Amino acid sequence: MATMRTLVQPVDHAVELSRAGANVTGSGSALLHLAGRHPLGLIGLVIVVVFVLVAAFAPLLATHDPLATNAATSLAAPGGQHMLGADFMGRDLWSRIIYGARISLAVGIASTVVGCVIGAAVGLVSGYWGGWVDLVVQRVNDVLQALPLLVLALVMAASLGPSLTNTIIAISIPVVPHVARVIRASTLSVREMPFVEAARAEGMGELQIALRHVLPNTLAPVIVLATAQLGSAILTEASLSFLGLGIPEPYPSWGRMLSESAAEYVRTAPWLVIFPGLAISLVIFGTNLLGDAVRDVLDPRERS
Amino acid sequence: MPGETATLAATEPAAKAAPAVLEVEGLKTWFFTRGGIVRAVDDVSFSLSEGETLAIVGESGCGKSITALSILGLVPSPPGRIVGGAVRLRGTDLLRVDEEAMRRVRGNEISMIFQEPMTSLNPVLTIGAQIEEALTLHQTALSRAEVRARAVEMLQLVRIPEPERRAKEYPHQLSGGMRQRAMIAMALSCNPRVLIADEPTTALDVTIQAQILELILDLQRRLGTAVILITHDLGVVAETAQRVIVMYAGRKVEEAEVFALFEQPLHPYTRGLMGSIPHLVDETTERLAEIPGMVPALNALPPGCAFAPRCTMATDRCRAEMPPYREWQAGHFSACWHAEALMTGRSPPPLAGEG
Amino acid sequence: MGVDRMLSATPDSAPTPTLPRARGRGNVLEVEGLTKHFAVRKGLLRRAVGKVYAVDGVSFAIAPGETLGLVGESGCGKSTVGRTAMRLIEPTAGSIHLQGQDITRLSRAEMRPHRRAMQIIFQDPYASLNPRIPAGEIVGEPLRVHGLADARQREERVAALFQRVGLRPAQMRNYPHEFSGGQRQRIGIARALALDPALIIGDEPVSALDVSIQAQVINLLRDLQGERGLSYLFIAHDLAVVRHISHRVAVMYLGRIVELAETRALFATPQHPYTEALLAAVPVADPRKRRPRRIIQGDVPSPIRPPPGCHFHTRCPYAEARCRELAPPLKQVAPGHLAACHLR
Repeated sequence: MATMRTLVQPVDHAVELSRAGANVTGSGSALLHLAGRHPLGLIGLVIVVVFVLVAAFAPLLATHDPLATNAATSLAAPGGQHMLGADFMGRDLWSRIIYGARISLAVGIASTVVGCVIGAAVGLVSGYWGGWVDLVVQRVNDVLQALPLLVLALVMAASLGPSLTNTIIAISIPVVPHVARVIRASTLSVREMPFVEAARAEGMGELQIALRHVLPNTLAPVIVLATAQLGSAILTEASLSFLGLGIPEPYPSWGRMLSESAAEYVRTAPWLVIFPGLAISLVIFGTNLLGDAVRDVLDPRERS
Repeated sequence: MPGETATLAATEPAAKAAPAVLEVEGLKTWFFTRGGIVRAVDDVSFSLSEGETLAIVGESGCGKSITALSILGLVPSPPGRIVGGAVRLRGTDLLRVDEEAMRRVRGNEISMIFQEPMTSLNPVLTIGAQIEEALTLHQTALSRAEVRARAVEMLQLVRIPEPERRAKEYPHQLSGGMRQRAMIAMALSCNPRVLIADEPTTALDVTIQAQILELILDLQRRLGTAVILITHDLGVVAETAQRVIVMYAGRKVEEAEVFALFEQPLHPYTRGLMGSIPHLVDETTERLAEIPGMVPALNALPPGCAFAPRCTMATDRCRAEMPPYREWQAGHFSACWHAEALMTGRSPPPLAGEG
Repeated sequence: MGVDRMLSATPDSAPTPTLPRARGRGNVLEVEGLTKHFAVRKGLLRRAVGKVYAVDGVSFAIAPGETLGLVGESGCGKSTVGRTAMRLIEPTAGSIHLQGQDITRLSRAEMRPHRRAMQIIFQDPYASLNPRIPAGEIVGEPLRVHGLADARQREERVAALFQRVGLRPAQMRNYPHEFSGGQRQRIGIARALALDPALIIGDEPVSALDVSIQAQVINLLRDLQGERGLSYLFIAHDLAVVRHISHRVAVMYLGRIVELAETRALFATPQHPYTEALLAAVPVADPRKRRPRRIIQGDVPSPIRPPPGCHFHTRCPYAEARCRELAPPLKQVAPGHLAACHLR
């Protein structure tokens, strides 16, 4: 009987050992983990990192001035002096794609981040505190969501005028209701969890509970949403630029490169469509792969 | 055994001569997971006689529910697979028959009721429709009207008041106890030979639990159904079962008639379980006996006895060698190197409830 | 002798022979006429169409070092009593005194310092710990919230708490999912202990655990009471567990306390027919004690439309005409033994 009274329980060694691995998660092992568990995620990460590097080191990688026109090389085929050919104004396509990475990524990332942050705040407030705020926010969201993303961005862009900042704002606003809806829905379930009640019993303030205990447990679906959004933001930017409402000429934007060539030159100079299109596809592909993996890695339950 | 006693269970152990309805032999159900092979059920054998109540006891993860699902061929696969053994229903090995034949067995010859009646009932069908469904599947000779009448009759049998009206209601309109009654009605509608009840009262309040247990045992006596009662509650076992199997980490560790088991458990795990439950009637308010530690992960079992890391009697032999499962007294089996000591040697220290 | 006096008994039949640590004068918690009605809302405008009478005039007191068990079946309002007493739910009526101070109407901010004296342990060891926060931080959080220790002291305190509840301090960096159910419950207990409270409300703290683990946690709770002179309000549906840990027990049925007595008296000589029925329904883990039983029939009525008079009359084998009309008051039927039944 005396031995049965021992309070400190001996813990099974095999279980302990298998857990030990999960404890020492530094950033290095997180990467290894990603590679082992999510090889596709690693591919996505590589693609995204490559694009970021390309954007950062654009001046070193570009072979020509992306804005320099040259009538002599108009619509030059790939090869020779122009690796990927040249557009109708004789501008080097490779260099324009390299510089275009800056614009596309800047617009994509910035608008996604802005949209998600605002959306998360709106969703959290409306889900956690509820009441009439929630009622109003939900109805506004309904209206916003009833309009197609592109139309909304169009209206925004048209009223703000073309510029990089305005493009980002125009693209980010339609993201807000989507993110807000997702965050609100999971907030409604998370706020009823006993650990939230435990925090309240500890005497923690409501704002702190919302930020520390509720918000982190609602983010997983938003990360997936955000990565999908990153791709569609780049596409939206392309559409806006095509309509003259996005990034003004002559700055290179993948979207405009693609869309302004699509109608006229797709038969005569298909590379003008293929290469910007490939760039867009590849970056969207990369962000989607990465997004799925990031969601899993961020959840401690998925890690062990 | 009709009309034998007023207590919940038939008090006498099942007659030895009663023919076996169901025989499980060397059943092995393993799960092939990323973390390795999980031997959820490992070499489990037992037989069930007509009209008998066999309890399978153990804590979560001991394999008791997987054993039941294996009998019905309902193990989720992948990752689960029955890698060995036989499940014989009146001589036919259910592990060797095809899915169509198995469907004729499920709900007809072997029925099952689950812990949570709400999730096991379809929320968009009426109670009556769900009972009728089981009947039309298996009792094809019955006409529509007969099926309907039988469904109402079943609800009456499980003592649901106003059965005609209740048959037209949906699961959410019934209380937890009523839903479990409806589940039992459904399970018994085809007059099965074997009823598997997996924690049938765990989700219910104690007064309702008493009603349901009494109902199951009463119907068993009247219909002659053999019952496998899966539970973690030794109180439920003591009040209802004739024979008991104790499982730990996927294996049988002890098997005995209920009186023998409670009188003198021959496995330290069974003893530990009995010591760790608080009692309603003992005079002492002593500390509860604890089983230290926790159930080991099934994919990383120790080489010897799986219970050795938590066992107060464990010796080096226990940690190195798996103890054989053998009969120590007539009908009393145990897998423990120290069963002899538990049986003959010093009488075990008194457990709470025996003081 | 008034009911008030009777409600605040001292734990002279403590299961653990220990001296309760003195904590000021009088009772740790006194609850008087506690009532909580939830509105039943329906439709687009969320109009109240009815009320759930979850708790209906509940009174009790808990002395320092005492465990009051609160038993009843699901829906009887026992969990609501615990949460309302903690001011996690606003009471509809009644008063709550914590260590002599009226906390019934305190604002959230005014309530904060009082939270140190009163903590809670939850039933579900999975849902009660934030999955994204390491165990050590979960346990240290109350200290941080109340600014009671700097980071290093906190680390030490948490390590000591881990050790005390039977966990290894090395496990502080692990996330909740890396622990078993029993270990998680120990984390929950450590969190409740962090502020060194006078009272811990346990809301079914062992009912989600396997029996062998349940015994570990019950023993731990009893040891902690012995060491720290803690008071418990132990809410559970398992009568045997409640009997084992409580000095006094209150039985609830449909929002009301129907019986309240010293544990021994309540289990030996139950005075209310409902308590009797509950005790008769519990299966006894001894096949030799199989007995013919009087099983009460029927279900617990809905708390939205509780029956008039004595709530139990619909299932009571002894019910008379007056039981159907007049709610019996909770009165003393033997020294220290209260029951709400016309027939006693």
